[in-house]
Amino acid sequence: MAENPAAEVTTANPVAEAIAALKAQFPDAVVEDNRKGYAGIVVDPEKLVEVATAARDTLGYNYLSSATAVDYLGKGDYFEMVYHTYRVPAGGPPLVIKARTPRDRATLPSVISVWPGADFQEREAYDLMGIRFEGHPNLKRILLWEGFDGHPLRKDWKEAYYEQDQKPFDSRWPQGRVYRAEERNPYGKNVRYPEGFTLDDFTPVGEAPNYDGVDLGINVQEMATPGLKTDRLVVNLGPHHPSTHGVFRMVVTLNGETVEDLQPVMGYLHRNHEKIGERNTFLQNMPFTDRLDYITSMSNNLGYALAVEHLLSLGPRYQPPTYRAEVIRVLMVELTRVVSHMWAIGFLLNDLGAFYTPALYAIAERELILDFFEAVAGSRMMCNYMRFGGVFKDLPERIQGIPLLANDRVRNEATLDYLANIINERLPRAIDELDDYLTHNEIIVTRCQGVGILPPEMAIAYSAAGPVLRASGVPYDVRRAEPYSIYPELDFDVAVRYNGDIYDRYLLRIDEMRQSVRILKQLLPRLRETEGQPIISGSKAYSPRVPEGEAYGRVENPKGELGYYVVSDGGQNPWRYHVRSPSYINLTALGPMAKGHKVADIVAILGSIDIILGEVDR
Amino acid sequence: MYGLGILKGMGVTLKHFLDTYIEDLRFLGKGKRTDVAFNLRQGGRNQRLGLFTVEYPEEKIAVPERFRFIPFLVINNLDAEEDAGKIWCTSCGICAKVCPPQCIWIVRGTDPETGRPKPEPEEFYIDIDICMNCGLCAEFCPFDAIKMDHDYELASYDRTTHHIFDKARLSKEFRYWRSIAPTISAEEAEARGGWEHKDVLKEKAKASRAADKAAGAS
Repeated sequence: MAENPAAEVTTANPVAEAIAALKAQFPDAVVEDNRKGYAGIVVDPEKLVEVATAARDTLGYNYLSSATAVDYLGKGDYFEMVYHTYRVPAGGPPLVIKARTPRDRATLPSVISVWPGADFQEREAYDLMGIRFEGHPNLKRILLWEGFDGHPLRKDWKEAYYEQDQKPFDSRWPQGRVYRAEERNPYGKNVRYPEGFTLDDFTPVGEAPNYDGVDLGINVQEMATPGLKTDRLVVNLGPHHPSTHGVFRMVVTLNGETVEDLQPVMGYLHRNHEKIGERNTFLQNMPFTDRLDYITSMSNNLGYALAVEHLLSLGPRYQPPTYRAEVIRVLMVELTRVVSHMWAIGFLLNDLGAFYTPALYAIAERELILDFFEAVAGSRMMCNYMRFGGVFKDLPERIQGIPLLANDRVRNEATLDYLANIINERLPRAIDELDDYLTHNEIIVTRCQGVGILPPEMAIAYSAAGPVLRASGVPYDVRRAEPYSIYPELDFDVAVRYNGDIYDRYLLRIDEMRQSVRILKQLLPRLRETEGQPIISGSKAYSPRVPEGEAYGRVENPKGELGYYVVSDGGQNPWRYHVRSPSYINLTALGPMAKGHKVADIVAILGSIDIILGEVDR
Repeated sequence: MYGLGILKGMGVTLKHFLDTYIEDLRFLGKGKRTDVAFNLRQGGRNQRLGLFTVEYPEEKIAVPERFRFIPFLVINNLDAEEDAGKIWCTSCGICAKVCPPQCIWIVRGTDPETGRPKPEPEEFYIDIDICMNCGLCAEFCPFDAIKMDHDYELASYDRTTHHIFDKARLSKEFRYWRSIAPTISAEEAEARGGWEHKDVLKEKAKASRAADKAAGAS
């Protein structure tokens, strides 16, 4: 690149450098995305796999964080597939690769050969947007059922009870005539059947595709372990099974007790969160993000706020969040992390067969933290606390209950004392207690060590994130790799473990809770110093002016990297709102991890990934 | 050695089990259901414990001020000297516009004589089956007229007839808001410049200015 003077100028910026390199290597196929507010490169679909390979192999963009499609109906009439790729574990900003395809015959090459982590994400884009991916080995619907008519995230698709493209709906005011949604005919024009559909000819697609590749009853004895008579069997674990943490199904092909193949089946909780998000205004999405991973609503809020703040920063009158707001945000997010990891550890024990007793001990401290959330944000789990440019309200002076009746029990403590007690006394003690009783417990050691191993290169390839990635020996944490908020000034280490098994994922969560407590301890003096400072920048507007452009806001959620890809067309509502959910993408690696283990181990492996179905299915 | 870990684990359970009885003994005769006992049980300051069980409905945790559940509409106290029971809502429609699940319906009032809109809702509905308790309506109401309630015991036998709240069902006196949120209501009153509705205060300020002017002119 020495002969190219332009490249030398831009060496300070790794992404610009990478773009220049790709442009030099593929002069015909790579164009920079010059739309206002957009970044990255637009690649000719024919060369997409080659460009992706070059980006991975020569430039080091080995981690596909998010792959999603945008429907630009009426704005060029094409679908655009957007890939956010990162260097792992080096860190830094993303190289955004885009490829376009016409809406009527949407086809793109699959990048699964470059980044296997694209598997579920391409299936999702196929399912919801209707883009075919050539070369994808298993291209079928993932969240909706086979036979569903249409692709819901297309802009011209309308849901049942469809009222209007965008909120607020005109029927609410000034002439708001109330009705119940169910009262309107649910079988009216909003339910669409495939063209030429008649009930008489209808045969359900059924489950057959899930069992493809399983030769039931053929050569069973040959396949079996010598000397031991085993049968091949397909078992459905779930959707209603306590080990699945919700409604989630695993189609497991067994040879005897040993797993030969595992396919996750999901979508039982699918509510088309992203479509709802496009109907909503920017602010209205905030409470909806609470409902993704309902254990960690505070950090879900933060990711979305970061994405929209990035968009707002493209405008003229943007003010970044105040310092106090950032301190409070980090406080909330780290408390959430402790809650989530406690929960994960408690329920891992559940999965190992120690039903509920240890889980309840593990989540005891959560009560105190949720009480704090309730006093500050107004709700224990659905916090809806962050706002663009700050937070909803400052910490109250006291954590105080207001009694209404004689049998109401009142708590009344100064907020900072209460917090200091949690952070300095209770949490460290609780973590030590868990560590003390669990780490050397022989049941945990024998059940967890060496089970569900995910090697580091595979973890990166499968886009695993969070504890799953770091327990495999990849020290990658968004808080350090691409810092946001006040993390640069905070002193903490990225927890990392090297064996990549269940046991290390458990240990890593303990480590990470200790680091969170370390961060929280640094926040207490900052909270005292910033007392009385504003908690939101600018004025609080319910309809902020969001300039045109795209933004990818990502945070290190307890479950992994949570990203929001938000596209604005300058209107009141996001044009595209996509959630890169860590639970969902971490499941890509579940099949490979489970292979060769026993049935009982799958439950523990799934527990160690720590999924939340609200986030998996969205 | 195998078995030690199990014994250790069982020991934790046993300890927690015994602790519950020790707690009972501590409050023997003094009554377990006092605020002091409650705070100790709930892992208050310097407490090792945290036996978080609350014996609902014999006792309940008082919710904090900011707790939010289903909105209600503020009206003047029914024994007020002026405008008793007057609704604070001006039917500006911001709550309906900001509501994420769109569960608020408002019919703006019109003056029967002139036919022009008047600042009072004719009807106001909230479908509490749809409401997601996010609190945005209360947050963005410029007149402090819609507030989040603390009453979470709303179970009923028939949701089709009971779960759309109308204006009458939603209205609660201002003194109720003051009682459930003493600090917040005081802050809001300070921001408005008095305990009355924003418009009333504006009128008063206008009247006093006019009076001053008249006094100055004469």
